[in-house]
Amino acid sequence: MRLTVNGSEHELDLDPRTTLLDALREHLGLTGAKKGCDHGQCGACTVLLDGRRVNSCLILAIAQQDARVTTIEGLGGHPVQRGFLEHDGFQCGYCTPGQICSAVGMLGEVERGWPSATGDDDPLSDAEIRERMSGNLCRCGAYPNMVPAIREAAGR
Amino acid sequence: MTAATRAIGAPLARLEGPEKVSGTAKYAAEYRQENMAYGWVVPSPVPHGRLRAVLADPSADAIAVLWHGNAPELAAADDPELAVLQSDRISYRGQPVALVVAGTLEAARRAAQVLQLDIETLPHEAVLRTDHPEVYTPDTVNPGFPAESSAGDVDRALAEAPVTVDVTYTTPALHNNPMEPHATIARWDGDDLTVYDSNQHPSGVAATLATVFGVDRVHVVTEHVGGGFGSKGTARPNAVLAALAARVTGRPVQVALPRQAMFSLVGHRTPTIQRIRLGADTDGVLTAIEHQAWSQTSRLYEFAEQTAVTTRHMYAAPHRRTGHRLLRLDMPTPRWMRAPGEAPGMVGLECALDELAEQLSLDPVELRIRNEPHTEPETGTPFTSRHYVDCLRAGADRFGWWGRDPRPRQQRDGDWWIGTGMAGATYPAMAQPSTARVRDLADGGFEVAIGATDLGTGARTILSQIAADALGVPTGRIRIRIGDSTLPQASVAGGSSGSASWGWAVTEACRELRRTGGAEAVFDTTDLIAKQEKEGRHAFGAHFAEVRVDAVTGEIRVSRLFGMYAAGRILNARTARSQFLGGMIMGMGMALHEEGVLDPALGEWINHDLAEYHIPAHADVESIDAAWLDEHDDQLNPMGSKGIGEIGIVGSPAAILNAVWHATGVRVRDLPARLDKILPHLPT
Repeated sequence: MRLTVNGSEHELDLDPRTTLLDALREHLGLTGAKKGCDHGQCGACTVLLDGRRVNSCLILAIAQQDARVTTIEGLGGHPVQRGFLEHDGFQCGYCTPGQICSAVGMLGEVERGWPSATGDDDPLSDAEIRERMSGNLCRCGAYPNMVPAIREAAGR
Repeated sequence: MTAATRAIGAPLARLEGPEKVSGTAKYAAEYRQENMAYGWVVPSPVPHGRLRAVLADPSADAIAVLWHGNAPELAAADDPELAVLQSDRISYRGQPVALVVAGTLEAARRAAQVLQLDIETLPHEAVLRTDHPEVYTPDTVNPGFPAESSAGDVDRALAEAPVTVDVTYTTPALHNNPMEPHATIARWDGDDLTVYDSNQHPSGVAATLATVFGVDRVHVVTEHVGGGFGSKGTARPNAVLAALAARVTGRPVQVALPRQAMFSLVGHRTPTIQRIRLGADTDGVLTAIEHQAWSQTSRLYEFAEQTAVTTRHMYAAPHRRTGHRLLRLDMPTPRWMRAPGEAPGMVGLECALDELAEQLSLDPVELRIRNEPHTEPETGTPFTSRHYVDCLRAGADRFGWWGRDPRPRQQRDGDWWIGTGMAGATYPAMAQPSTARVRDLADGGFEVAIGATDLGTGARTILSQIAADALGVPTGRIRIRIGDSTLPQASVAGGSSGSASWGWAVTEACRELRRTGGAEAVFDTTDLIAKQEKEGRHAFGAHFAEVRVDAVTGEIRVSRLFGMYAAGRILNARTARSQFLGGMIMGMGMALHEEGVLDPALGEWINHDLAEYHIPAHADVESIDAAWLDEHDDQLNPMGSKGIGEIGIVGSPAAILNAVWHATGVRVRDLPARLDKILPHLPT
């Protein structure tokens, strides 16, 4: 099968049961996307599929041969990454790639005018960021530092 | 101090930050090996029984199916849970009864799913209760305290006290759930074993695996760890299973636990039942404190949580008694989870005090101030430093506590009842023997090596600050090496003792290097720590919470949470704040969300995944902050530091529960405080 990841095309011979997450981690050596639950419950595996954020553990690799996959390794110094460094938006770092990819995807959703989650006038108020990011769990509790990191990355 | 402190305390950014935000930081399961196979753990479907036989489906694509009928014999470690696949005995549901190894993850999982187990099922018991005939008093509770303590005449004091409280609080099973599941890749090169393992103690895991496999050379690599919270303090079954499978198959083997398996296999916080009795004068001076705690352990291993130990040093009272009882169940073994003992125990004590304040119509902060001891109440040992009252006062100032109407259910904003609550916090200041090595690299730089590990605490960064000050050079000239068992042996990243233990060894090694002017110095702190007094060493703090409770739905929101701490010298203001907040947020989970829901018939927590076992999410955390007093304590270690990794979860759940009462008038005494426990008691 063919996978296009971070702008590079890869030919792979994979078991059809292989998830996109396992294809990235076990076969392409792209271990930035993390396996926290393998059930779409924690968000650690979040990557961008044609710019949309998805849980890569819930997607079969074979079904994504025509998609463009962007992982944390392909973000290349995105403002969200810099914001996380500046605000100490992580501790153990395991949920971090998923949080960052999710935030990048989320900012795209706001830009495209996706509806508000909280009803706030400001689509990037702190409450709105928290609500929109709630699919990504962090057991270290670095949430309060991620919110300003994401807000500032959005130029607020 | 031999060097002026310049780096210590500074808010230095984490050294490994760039790797963590770019996805290049490597965790245990991410070290690719040539020809690697995958192991899938087959859990026992029953809580008690005997495994008679295993029948593998020949059409499944397995390289090996290991079980007690064919697994090589292992030497006993001091943890019976590491004797994997050694016996037909099944002691809890979820215990590994077989390991399927295959060339791909998909094949291993499928082969495990179609494996047939022939099991003789035996009767089981899964429910902790105080009136069970097999309840017993252990000899000691963790990590070696007497199970019982007593002074004066508690019964008489309670009978004579004009004001008393007699309440029972219960806390459920809680599950550590670090974001990185426990994982190991094991590889044998002859009799040399290399394991990439997610743990809090590479030196300890290496020693354990050497014992279990009867070999001398075990190399444990633990560069980055995706959290542990106590569950990775010792080698877990995944490490032994991976090494076992690699030995049998002759291939490197990865064993990464699924999230579901973590609920039974890597430890959890025991449920507790706590009865607290308090007696006081009408002016709020305590005359009697009693704290009795019941918790559970498994058939395999006695784990005795020290639930009531904190009560021994928290408040003054002439008549006092604490005790611990245990019940063995056909359930997984409880183990350490962030502030074991302190976190559940301070729910009981600090909520009971709030109930006493209510009876006395006394401010809860003032009640605590009136019961401040001058020395450790049970040992008479002076405190090396204790600024609890300062934390209470400063915290109350910062939070805006004063002038609060003490009566419950007085404040309303639309549909929301609003209330505030507070509770004390404490955690012991400990240090454990470690060895550090420092080398002068002759290019202006220094290599500092110690077998420590960084679970997200900031250890790597903090040790570079400590070394920089001890050597009198900028942090940029320090090269830190940790996370590897071949480095000088270090103590566990647990008990909030990492920075104190490792920083002490690093400081002494650096001082030795300066003293000798040589190219290398090695220092072992074993003797220094052996000479140290063990008692009277604690960090203190105070937590303040504001909650909003929806009058219609009973939904609880923590609108403000504040922690004020006195924890010795803070080594890095940036990572410290993050650690305090993280502990407080986990405390919020303990108060409101987290609960292993037991199915007694299955002997299993049925909500064993992250969709059903709720931990705080982004949207749960609103306004939260932490601050600390400038505390100097030169009796602890060269840095004057106390541990800070756990104190944030101690008392924060009680502060929230007390705020829930203040908002609604409802005392929730069985955690967590879910809306269904509040709603029936709210006025319509």
